[in-house]
Amino acid sequence: MRQKRRTMLYIPGNNPAMLIHGGTYGADSLLLDLEDSVALEQKDSARILVKNVLKNINFYGAEVCVRINHLDTPFGMEDLKEIIPLKPDAIRYPKTETIDDLKRLVTVMEEIEDQHNISHDEIKIHIMIETALGVQNVFEIAKLCHRLDAITIGGQDLTADMNIKSTKDGSGIDLARKMIVMAAKANKIDAIDTVFVDIDDEEGLRRETEKSKNLGFTGKAVINPRQIDIVHEVYTPTEQEIRKAYKIYKEFKIKKKEGIGVFAVDGKMVDAPVVARAKYTLQLAHINLQEI
Amino acid sequence: MKNSLNRNIPDFINGIGKTDPFTGAWNKLKKGWMDEVTISPPNKAKLPHQKKLTETLKEAIIKTSPKDGMTVSFHHHLRNGDYILVKAIEILAELGIKNITLASSSLNNSHTKLVKYIKDGTITKIWTSGIRGELGKAISEGIMENPVIIHSHGGRVRAIHTGKISIDLCIIAASSADEEGNANGAIGKSAFGSLGYARIDSRYSKQVIIVTDNLVEFPCFPLSIQQNFVDYVVKVDSIGDPTKIASGTTRITKSPMDLRIAKLAADVIENSGYFKNGFSFQVGAGGASLAVAKFIRKKMEDKEIKGSFLLGGVTSYGVDMLNEGLFKTIFDVQSFDAEVSSSLYNNKNHIEISASLYANPYNCGCMTNKLDIVVLGALEVDVDFNVNVITGSKGYLIGASGGHCDTASGAELTVVVCPSFRGRISTINKRVDTIVTPGESVDVVVTERGICVNPNKPELEQLLVNAGLNIRKIEDLQKEVENIVGVPNTIERTNKIVALIEYRDGTAIDVVRQLKPVE
Repeated sequence: MRQKRRTMLYIPGNNPAMLIHGGTYGADSLLLDLEDSVALEQKDSARILVKNVLKNINFYGAEVCVRINHLDTPFGMEDLKEIIPLKPDAIRYPKTETIDDLKRLVTVMEEIEDQHNISHDEIKIHIMIETALGVQNVFEIAKLCHRLDAITIGGQDLTADMNIKSTKDGSGIDLARKMIVMAAKANKIDAIDTVFVDIDDEEGLRRETEKSKNLGFTGKAVINPRQIDIVHEVYTPTEQEIRKAYKIYKEFKIKKKEGIGVFAVDGKMVDAPVVARAKYTLQLAHINLQEI
Repeated sequence: MKNSLNRNIPDFINGIGKTDPFTGAWNKLKKGWMDEVTISPPNKAKLPHQKKLTETLKEAIIKTSPKDGMTVSFHHHLRNGDYILVKAIEILAELGIKNITLASSSLNNSHTKLVKYIKDGTITKIWTSGIRGELGKAISEGIMENPVIIHSHGGRVRAIHTGKISIDLCIIAASSADEEGNANGAIGKSAFGSLGYARIDSRYSKQVIIVTDNLVEFPCFPLSIQQNFVDYVVKVDSIGDPTKIASGTTRITKSPMDLRIAKLAADVIENSGYFKNGFSFQVGAGGASLAVAKFIRKKMEDKEIKGSFLLGGVTSYGVDMLNEGLFKTIFDVQSFDAEVSSSLYNNKNHIEISASLYANPYNCGCMTNKLDIVVLGALEVDVDFNVNVITGSKGYLIGASGGHCDTASGAELTVVVCPSFRGRISTINKRVDTIVTPGESVDVVVTERGICVNPNKPELEQLLVNAGLNIRKIEDLQKEVENIVGVPNTIERTNKIVALIEYRDGTAIDVVRQLKPVE
């Protein structure tokens, strides 16, 4: 089963306490950040800190990604050189705008991996789309390489790039959200929604997460551990949904033996897409399909 | 001599006398009665219509004929807002009284001025459930000749019943009182809620003074303190600052760490087998501990579970749960914020109880014995599940025994919540600096890095494992934390004992030795 990425917790790479405790909050994925949350004069110390954290700290099964600085900056290359040998689960690349951006990253990563005898499919790549140009090119970027495993929309940077206000309803980046989801889904990879910045507005976060889920995002980036449970609640199927999915999948297995592809459960038509959705729900609920 | 927890306790401690070593959390209670002789309350008499009102606190104190070597008692219901304890000691000092034994149900930051009266010999002995701030620092550094005796809330009642604390003068701050001394803390401008800890003192003290800033027409109701035990009544401008009663402890924390721990603790409770209709519940008022109530409240609503009673120190959060019908009753020995006072006054299901009914081990049914679930905090826990809530990472007395060991002893399920380390200091250690609550009475320790179940509860562990919770050996957790933060330097101490930690049954569970002066 795919790695669940309902939540991706941003942890500033220059904050030892948050880095040490990052794995304890229950997020599916952790983003150790060397980019925007680290001031220019702290880039080196943050890199050293993240390196030591990767070596020594237990993340209790959470996926660990490191957001490096862009290769156009003086820090990106050094980030990759220092971080790749420690084999985080993924490298997240910011401000990806073109195919060439991603190609360049892959080339550099592979060179470093070769130096350290690391296979080219061990460390995944996540990209961030946070400019209008990136949104325009996302369909092409998304299908470039098999190592690309998730695309995240960077809402704050995107609104800045578009010179629009960041609003709570996200209307300005609505199209970008939909395009990124489509590009990710078309290539069977994850789409992660941008952060919700008002950490005290729990209901607002819940509403936005429900909207993200309905759009097709796999999960949502979070900036405070208090946001994790709310996002998980939205992305975790309810008991009723699990029961319904179980019933559909069980009936599907019976009908399949009989050679029937379309049938009805509780008076509603079930065909292949409905079965696929039921399978996904059961997987999210950690239910072994073989045992049904 | 070593007690059953392998703590080195001298047979005889200067200033205290012969010690009785701790032998087990329930060992002494198995007998069914207490070996020590109980004393009778004093017999007192007043002539008909004799006046009790005095003009000043000083006048009232003088009328009690204070003398050297006397024991004076106070309650700590005003917590950090208390004006009265220090004021009374100042008066006694002015009167030249020396060698006072101070018996306050607890001591806190509002009592820092006592350092001066310890230095000048006004106070030479102390009984208390807790010491904090500058006072704790001074005592830890050896300012007193005689060791302080730290008792639990239940243990204090036992000490009074046996005459070990023999109170000559009890001074009770009350937010309302009448001219006869009927008094309470539930109403008035300085309302602070329950007067649970003061009740036993009023019954057993040779003389009792009620100090109030709200003298009401007779009769003052409800009768938390009854007139038949009261000698004098005095009205003052203010007994304290009720806004400091809460001390910032009663809001639900926003700390992600505390919330994470609290959520895990609530998951433990939900799957423990004790979370069912009719369960009784107590949580502390601090960070993660109170936050557990937030998650339990949601689980009770979701699963339509109704509890029996809430116990102990009560917050407005508990009052909300009572008002929502999630619990039938609150038994309130101590109130943590001003809002609780109005509930105590107005809601017949919010019941004030004495410290004896709350937690005295030597009676036929204190409320802690009927408790199903308690959630407690800790300064540190060791691999034997022993808990320290009294000395901090630098060895100073900074906490309180309070009802910690009482509730742990009584509850079916005792859950201790704490972060695995604070700052750079581990909370899960091989050996705690000071034992207040014995590990045998602690069932589960919950940290952000996992849940540890006491090996003496294998069935509970199985239930939690079955529920998919991350259960791990406490030794493994201790090692993991040690790998992160390292081992702190040993706290350097002299041989002088500065505090005796009494278990609730009166046995010596640990001692605190003087901190070596920093050179």
